[in-house]
Amino acid sequence: MIVEKIFDVQDLSYQVGDKEILKHISVEIEKGKYITVVGPSGSGKSTFMRILASMISQTSGKALFEGKPIDSYEPTEYRQRVSYAFQQPTLFGKTVRDNLTFPFEVRNKEFDEAKVKQYLKMVNLDESYLDKSVNDVSGGEKQRIALLRNLIFPPEVLITDEVTAGLDVENKNIVHSMLKEFNQRGLTILRVTHDESEIEAAHDKITIKNGEVVNNV
Amino acid sequence: MSNLTVSNSTLMLGFVLVIVALVIGYIEKLHIDKDIIIGVVRAIIQLSIVGYVLKFVIKADDIWLTLACFIIIVINASYNAGKRGNGIPKAFQSSLLAIFVGTTITLGTLVFTGSIKFVPEQIVPVTGMIASNIMVAIGLCYRNMKQTFSDRHQQILEKLALGADIKLASLDILRDSIKSGMQPTIDSIKTLGLVSLPGMMSGLIFAGVDPVKAIKYQIMVTFMLLASTSIGSIISCYLGYRQFFNDRKQLKNELIS
Repeated sequence: MIVEKIFDVQDLSYQVGDKEILKHISVEIEKGKYITVVGPSGSGKSTFMRILASMISQTSGKALFEGKPIDSYEPTEYRQRVSYAFQQPTLFGKTVRDNLTFPFEVRNKEFDEAKVKQYLKMVNLDESYLDKSVNDVSGGEKQRIALLRNLIFPPEVLITDEVTAGLDVENKNIVHSMLKEFNQRGLTILRVTHDESEIEAAHDKITIKNGEVVNNV
Repeated sequence: MSNLTVSNSTLMLGFVLVIVALVIGYIEKLHIDKDIIIGVVRAIIQLSIVGYVLKFVIKADDIWLTLACFIIIVINASYNAGKRGNGIPKAFQSSLLAIFVGTTITLGTLVFTGSIKFVPEQIVPVTGMIASNIMVAIGLCYRNMKQTFSDRHQQILEKLALGADIKLASLDILRDSIKSGMQPTIDSIKTLGLVSLPGMMSGLIFAGVDPVKAIKYQIMVTFMLLASTSIGSIISCYLGYRQFFNDRKQLKNELIS
């Protein structure tokens, strides 16, 4: 079986001033995998993920996406293919609809309400949520809506940065099953987590300590 | 014109008003006596020079000299507006373009419609009024932009991460900043005549012009300031927001406090 690499990171470093945050990281990530990125706080996990999401650029080394340097892609097109979800997302505008319209605006497409309602169902939110004020949704609902923004137009890679931190078990389970379903459809997922149960259940792990990869998938 | 009785001796007597400010500063221990004296001396010297320069320019009535005054005012206003950019890269260049275009369009329209004549005694003061208003508007735009980019940087990052272009990611900030530049002009228009009798109108009435004629000039000034501040705000904001991103459409951390 031919293994297709989606990311190929070679000798990548990231430095801010004199501080080396990532030190000569080399790692390969296969297409379609669900990888859990672990390591102590401040070890450089989020920085590494942000480089892969093209939110920042490395100071040296190479990061290839499908064989080409990330920096060679047009940034907005790249970020539509490699999407990044934040730990504490903010909801845009006034209503949930404003948030779910956003991915359509990004792609200059007409808002497809039927499609959005289907996606809302997938995360256990009924269609009445569309016109709910962003101030009236709970933390867990907020995170689910934010993830839908990433997934309404499914990317090729989803990077999640502790998106289940602070969520209750029910919300965590909804997020897990949604991500699992997308992964089964072919989405590559890179998940940063500190959650013991998530780490325990993970098959493929990358551990980062002091800016270095200490184990590889 | 006979009512204009200001002279060197009346000005000297008027200096007593500066002493009032100095005494208040002293009693309240505000430590602003040095600033007041420097400010007053600068104002006297600057205005005296400008007075003689204007006298010369008006007497010469030369098109090139008038244009030179226009350029000097525009560059000076741009320099000051750029300083208010406070770390925003290329703030001077953006301000220069905004003030030049805003002043040229507004002034051109006024001359073309016959509201003012292309003579130095009208072009130079009107240029000053337009450029200084755009300068203030740009200063407000920059301040608002820096503040909101800092306050809402998380939201911008999220929009970028969803694949939005920098304009879509900053659209709210862009709109708020343009509005913040135009708002003082809009607010002052609402109270015209009710709270303030603005400079142009007061000056004409002072000089003995019929108040009904004076308000026509003031209405023209109102139109002119509305147009110029909106043109200046739009141009400076559209050029300014791009400076918060690098070539890779990533948010520049160093500009966000």
